[in-house]
Amino acid sequence: MYINMDIIKITLIGGQGKDGSKENVDRFDLKMGDIVSIVGPTGCGKTTLINDIELFANRNTPSERQILINNEPVPENFTFDPSKHPIALISQHTNFLSDLPVGEFLTIHAKVRGSTEIGNVVNETIEFANKLTGEAIIKETAMTELSGGQTRSLLIADAVVIGNSPIILLDEIENAGIHKTKALELLKQYEKIFVFVTHDPSIALLSDFRIIMKAGAMQKIITTNAEERLASDELRKMDDILIHFRTLIRAGEVISESVLKESFETQTQ
Amino acid sequence: MKLVIFAGPPTCGKTTVIRQVIKRIIVKNLKPSFVKIDVLYADEDEAINKEFGIPAKKIYSGELCPDHCNVVVLDEVVEWAEQKGSDYLFVETAGLCLRCSPYVEKSLGIVVLEATSGMNLPRKIGPMLTLADISVITKIDLISQAEREVFRYRVLEAAKSITIVESNALYGIGIDPIVKKILKTEDVEFPMFLRGNPPVGTCTICVGKKEIGAKNHFGVLRTMEKELFYIGE
Repeated sequence: MYINMDIIKITLIGGQGKDGSKENVDRFDLKMGDIVSIVGPTGCGKTTLINDIELFANRNTPSERQILINNEPVPENFTFDPSKHPIALISQHTNFLSDLPVGEFLTIHAKVRGSTEIGNVVNETIEFANKLTGEAIIKETAMTELSGGQTRSLLIADAVVIGNSPIILLDEIENAGIHKTKALELLKQYEKIFVFVTHDPSIALLSDFRIIMKAGAMQKIITTNAEERLASDELRKMDDILIHFRTLIRAGEVISESVLKESFETQTQ
Repeated sequence: MKLVIFAGPPTCGKTTVIRQVIKRIIVKNLKPSFVKIDVLYADEDEAINKEFGIPAKKIYSGELCPDHCNVVVLDEVVEWAEQKGSDYLFVETAGLCLRCSPYVEKSLGIVVLEATSGMNLPRKIGPMLTLADISVITKIDLISQAEREVFRYRVLEAAKSITIVESNALYGIGIDPIVKKILKTEDVEFPMFLRGNPPVGTCTICVGKKEIGAKNHFGVLRTMEKELFYIGE
């Protein structure tokens, strides 16, 4: 039996932390269009939380959490129609293994997803990916020859465009050499639920709210307020400065005091 | 007693899945036992016996094809587990040539496939997949969403009514639905029969005799304890 439904919201119902004690956070909703970050020190259970979402946990994982779709638990022996699978997970370990050319590979995925305009979605996916990465991806390149940044960009673009999954989980993508603030701006245009596991303050503050994790349990949820939005603008400027220096260093420039001064002035204006 | 047969290419994570299953069976106060059929080397029986204190055993097929070995010794293996008072017998097979299927009727057949083996694997393995009841897909955290979707699609393409369980078995994720199916399995019954025919060949198993047990076959054989011997003209 295939489940086929339009997702309006998902609900996370708290379970227990690593020591078996009840989580502080009881229950909260994620609605279409929400961007949420999961933050906390390494080993605090961030990845476990997105795994629970990914598997639509029904009190059957070590955390005992439950995920509801449109207020209903997902039946045990559910199978989603493979062409309409609602969740895409991109983790820090995720990779492409296929050595097919990019275009051909995306075509296979688009077919499985039941796309009717295969050529268009394939091109749109590559264009989207190229907005996120410094070095353009060429359709004829083998998947396994892509750089780390190109791979991450294509993983995201594929999940958003071809997969068109309503829920996209991104596990620590900030270290992957993609333009993260740009990525968030682009992603905001799509009405989806994006969940970021992140150590990055910019990504956390650009989210609508963030879940604070500790010892395997959800401690609290903080909604990004107006003051924090201003802080995120400042952080973005710092990011831009860093990106600017990265560009200079990559181009073989020597960073003199005058270059330093000039960069700060132009970037913070 | 219920019989559960696990098959799958080497290093796909069969033992990890079985460990997680055994853990959950023991908690329910049920008695499992474990048998590993392998070609040259196996130490899972000792590891599982040490970890869970349950009856465990290994059988080396040696010169014999491991799936053929399974056919000629499985009846004795089931008797052994029944004598040990087991409620559940988990048999892990080596399944090397990917053309055989070790599952018997009135048992639960579980094929374990690793997502990292490439999108074409479900098209390559035949009856080991198509005759199974459950396909457990392991190592799902390592591959792209796109390849995972193609993999899942191709498993269903090969085996329409199979139950797919995606699992990150190391962390015990996705094991409970497997245990549910195991609990619902019907009791194994003698005489046992293979579900499918092995590929065409020259021995009695290869030509299509599906009866389980060395006594039903001739040619090069073995029993659970006795090394290879020959019965025939």
